[in-house]
Formats: sequence, structure tokens, C-alpha cells
Amino acid sequence: MLLRLESRRAPSVLLTWLTPVMAIAATLVTGAIIFAAMGHAPGQALYTFFILPINSGYGFTELLVKATPLALIALGLAIGFRSSVWNIGAEGQLTLGAVFGGGVAIFTHGSESIFILPLMMLAGVVGGMLWGAIPAYLKTRFNANEILVSLMLTYVATLALSALVHGPWKDPGGYNFPESVLFGDAALLPILVEGTRLHLGSLIALLLLVAGWFVLARTLLGFQVRVVGMAPMAASYAGFQQKRMVWIALLVSGALAGLAGVFEIAGPIGQLLPVVSPGYGFTAIIVAFLGRLHPLGILIAALILALSYLGGETAQIEMRLPQGITGVFQGMILFYLLASDVLIRYRLRLLAPAAESRS
Amino acid sequence: MSRFKLVLGALLGAAVAAGGAALAEELKVGFVYVGPIGDHGWTYRHDIGRQAIEKALGDKVKTSYVESVAEGQDAERVIRQLASSGHKLIFTTSFGYMNPTMKVAKRFPNVHFEHATGYKRDKNLSTYMARFYEGRYVAGRIAGAMTKSGTIGYIASFPIPEVVRGINAFTLALRSVNPTATVKVVWVNTWYDPGKEGDAAKALIDQGADVILQHTDSPGPLQVAEARGVWGFGQASDMRAFAPKAQLSAIIDNWDGYYVARAKATMDGTWDSRDTWGGFNTGMVEMAPYNERIPAEIVADAKATVAAISAGTLHPFQGPIKNQDGEVVVPAGKALDDGALLGMDWYVEGVQGKLPK
Repeated sequence: MLLRLESRRAPSVLLTWLTPVMAIAATLVTGAIIFAAMGHAPGQALYTFFILPINSGYGFTELLVKATPLALIALGLAIGFRSSVWNIGAEGQLTLGAVFGGGVAIFTHGSESIFILPLMMLAGVVGGMLWGAIPAYLKTRFNANEILVSLMLTYVATLALSALVHGPWKDPGGYNFPESVLFGDAALLPILVEGTRLHLGSLIALLLLVAGWFVLARTLLGFQVRVVGMAPMAASYAGFQQKRMVWIALLVSGALAGLAGVFEIAGPIGQLLPVVSPGYGFTAIIVAFLGRLHPLGILIAALILALSYLGGETAQIEMRLPQGITGVFQGMILFYLLASDVLIRYRLRLLAPAAESRS
Repeated sequence: MSRFKLVLGALLGAAVAAGGAALAEELKVGFVYVGPIGDHGWTYRHDIGRQAIEKALGDKVKTSYVESVAEGQDAERVIRQLASSGHKLIFTTSFGYMNPTMKVAKRFPNVHFEHATGYKRDKNLSTYMARFYEGRYVAGRIAGAMTKSGTIGYIASFPIPEVVRGINAFTLALRSVNPTATVKVVWVNTWYDPGKEGDAAKALIDQGADVILQHTDSPGPLQVAEARGVWGFGQASDMRAFAPKAQLSAIIDNWDGYYVARAKATMDGTWDSRDTWGGFNTGMVEMAPYNERIPAEIVADAKATVAAISAGTLHPFQGPIKNQDGEVVVPAGKALDDGALLGMDWYVEGVQGKLPK
């Protein structure tokens, strides 16, 4: 008996949604085996990793705080990925959003105006869009590869932030250390639950996910996004402009990443630092695909990825597991997802040896 | 919330026993590290300090740590998690943890916090740091005598006062032996990236440097020095194993004594908020054994320099000191005070290039 992969006539809709669940289940089983091999009780280790971090009200709000930038960025990326526009530079767009928003906070420092926060968000969106517009222009004008351009611009953005925080935007009273002043209250997002770090940005992100779902599922634009992505030729016959799609995808994903950057600095961080994101822009790519490029899926995937970070920390504190365990879990989820995705387009067939001998 | 937990519970497929068994009356000490404990430099030495607490106090203490914690959103959560899980003494070991540590310290008045390399203190928040520049000064004396090309390569992380202070102390000592020697600095904008640090070392050697020094945390530059047959220094810990021929010495951070003392103070109730800045005299800074290929009189000079700094008869920043433009900024007979050292943002004469601002 042999196994053979046979291509399906149409991708299986059921499996599209089932494979992420399968991937997570396989990750948990493999994780349990790894824990057992390391000499830890698997049940207790999985409990420490996945339940303990969110076992308190505070822990749960932290999960939401961590998931907010991931979900927001992934939503923007998903719109691009659906139309086959590959924005890999969300990290840079986030960083430029933080630069623009942070600039507003620094230049208005000392003022208590209620307009500061909205202005910061607007500036962050503009910053992110600006950083998305560069690859969009180069793509539509010179057909430059947006993967490379957006990725390379990430380094430009992070170095620009670093230069500002080491230089003109340094806290004047900060002993020359590279960080800005602590933002005033008017430049900080309101806290939703007293005593936690859960901020208004998380709520806005949730609303944007709903809006994103509506746009993708219920509007002509959403339809165009899908058609351009799946069948560019058909799209052009239908009069959908591919160039317009490139612009929309990069501007929207840039805007959302920039907004995520503002939420980080006006939320949990509260100032500009030389580095404001531990790679959210890249992790969000995993989130987008794990969430099937669908807003609801992205919400769930962002929570799962966020939990893997929190769990890694708890496992270090409680069980002295090495930090690498976080990466192992994230890698396994992606690996199993990609592996099981084969089943969406192909089905497994059992073959008798006789049938196989023909080839 | 509960639904999400239910889903997870189902995925785990088992009811799990309630975690966190009854705690004994031991002192729990937590550490937050910026790098991996296997960096063989900064974080590695802090982790040795953590182990020293366990060795000294045995089963009266329990220590935990979280490594590679980013200096942004994550730090506050990790520190708070340690504080709320019964740790009564928490060391946060990187500058970027300053504001997160402040915020958590306000929420947990009964927990003692210790922040390395910062300047913000509170009733339950102490700061501590070592005078690494004293070790840099000794390294400068050795390098001045050993260099043939008169060009020293210096791989620097971020242009913060601590790093600039190290470059200046080194250069002053270098030129006290070898008045025409110069220092080339490469900023790598990272504390730990063995590949990047190594590449910087290669570039500096290609530009004629025959002694390499780094203020980053990996043995990467030393390994390049070993392969290319030039001299180097270990940073934070004795890195001889990585460069048995090339390592002249190493500037060792030794937190053991401080950590044990602070843990004991927490146990017997004598802990207080303070600022500690220890050097050779307190044992916080040490020189690793000197390379056998260094001539005896140079080793003797290095040992004498350590003794003089330790005794207070030699100050690394003793005037006259000139800046890069040749202006005397510290007159003869004066030495820079700690305030000037803590905010240092200028290069002394002999350092090439401009300080990034």
C-alpha cells in the first residue's frame, strides 16, 4: 500500500478552516512529547505554557495588549496578500508610524490638549502610509519588487528612529541615554481596565477588524481584492486596475501598521525608544496566514501567537524552561500549518502496489 | 475570556491540576535578562551572579530568570509577572528596563527592585553599576604597549555615556603609553549579534588595527582576532576559551558579592534603597589572567595600574584631558567627577571619527 497525493478539482473549504486547528493540535502533541523528553510532566508544562499566563484578569488583559499590534498589522497585510501584493515591510511602517506619532507627542510635550492623541494617531497613519507608498510607487512605476523594497525600507525606518532617539529627540534630562521624554497624560491612550495596561487601542483594533471583515466580504472593493489576487487576467478584463490594487494594499497595510506603532508608544511603552517593536511586523505575517487572511481568523491567530510569547515567559519563570521554547512553539505551528495545507488542494489516496507498478 | 480558556482546555484534552503548590518560606529572587544566558558576556555574568546567590544561601532561596526580554512593551509585563508570583527581590539588568521597573515598583511597594545601569530610584528601587571604565583603562595601558601599527579597533554598541566613557578611558590610557596611537570606533547598534560584531572586527583589522576591543556582549570579535592573528580583549567575562592566543586579558563583571549581599539584606530586613557604583576596589570589576605572551614588565605595569586605581591614587580621568579639537577640557590637577562621567557625550583626543548624536 502506498500513499499518493492527488490534486483536488477545487480547494476544500472545510479543510481551509480545519487545517489551522489540526496544526495547533499537532503542535500541542509534539510539545507534550518534547516536554516529556526534557523530563517535565507534559500536562503541567502545557498548563504552565498555555493556561497559567491568562489565568488571572491581569494576565488576560496582557494577552490582549500583546495581540493588539499583531492583529492590526495582520489585518492590513491580509488585504494585500489576498490581492497578491506582498508587503513584507510592516515592521518599518510600524516604526515610521511611531516616529510620526511620537514626534507629535514630543513637540506638544507639556500641553494637555485633548487633540494631541487624535493628532498622534493621524500622524502615525500618515507615516505608515508614506512608508507603504514608496514600494507602491516603485512597483507601479518601475515594476520594482515590493517584497524587497518594503523589507529594505524596514532597516531605513528603524535606523531613522534610532538616530532621532539618540539625537534631537533625546530626553534633555536623561543623562544622554537614548530615549525620549516620558509622554504626558494627554499623549497616552486611556486605560480601559483600571490597574492594567489594556488601552483604547485594543478596542479600536477590534472595531477595525470588524470593519475589515465588512469591507472584504460585503463591498465591491473586497471583491476586487479577491479577483485581482486569484485571477489577474480576469480582473483586467473586468476593468479592475491592478495598479490601483497595489496602491490600496500598500497604503492600507501601511496605515494600519503605522497606527499599531502609535498604539505601542502611546500605550504600553509611553515614550520613544531606539526600538519600539520586537518584530511585530514580521510575526504579523505568520498571524495573517495562520488566520487564513480572514479578519476573524486573524483575531484568533493573534491571540494564539500572543499567548505563545506570554507562555514562554511563564515557562521560564515557573519551570526554568529555556527561552527558545517560544520559538519552538511558533515554528511548529507554522510548520504544521504549511504541511497540512497540502490537504486543501490535494487529497491523500491509498494505492495498491499493483497499481503503482505502472509507473 | 472564559470561552477562550475553554477552547484551550479542550485542546489540551485534559483537566490539569491546579498549579502553584504551597510555597515554602524561602526568598524568591527574580532576574530579567536582556540577552541569552549563553551570550558568554553581559547576561552570562549576571546569571553567574544569580547562581552565586543559590550557592551562598542554599535552600533558603529560590531564583528564577527570564532571558532575552525586549526593552519595550514586554519588559513591564515580565517584571510584573515576577513581582506578582511571589518574588521579593527582582534584578532588572539592562538600562532599557528603567521606566518599566519604576512603574512596577510603584505597584509593589513590598517588593525590592534593583535596576542595573540606570539613574531612577525609589523607596523600593535601588540602582547599581560597575566602573567598567577602570578595566578599560588597564586594557589601554596593555594595548599601548602591545600595538605595532598604533591603530586600535573598537567595536561599540550604542553611543550612551557608559560606552563613550569606556572608549575615552581606554584612549587616555593608550596614549599615556603610546602618544600617537589612535582608536577607530565602529558602532554596531546592538548589544549582542556575533555575526555583526565579527564583521566589524574584520573591517577594523582590514584598516590596520592590530588590537581589537569591544563593548558588545559576544565573543565574536575575539574569535575574529584569533583567526586573523591580532590581539583582543574579552568583554564582561573571561573569553580565553574562544581565543586562547589572542586574548590579552578581559574586563570581568563580577556581580556575585553584590547579589548575595542584597539577597541577605532582603532576608534579614536591612535592605535599603541606594545607588552602588563599584569598581576594582569592591571586586565588581576584575581583570582576567594576563596572556603569557605579554612581556613581564607590561604585566607588572597592568597590575600596578589596577592596584593604584583600587587604592584611589590613580584616577582614569585625571587632567589634563583634551577633547577631539585639542581643547583642554579637564585642566591638570583636576579629575572628572561622577556627574560628568555619568553624562559623558564627547570624545577625548585620539579617538577618530565623530560621536553619533
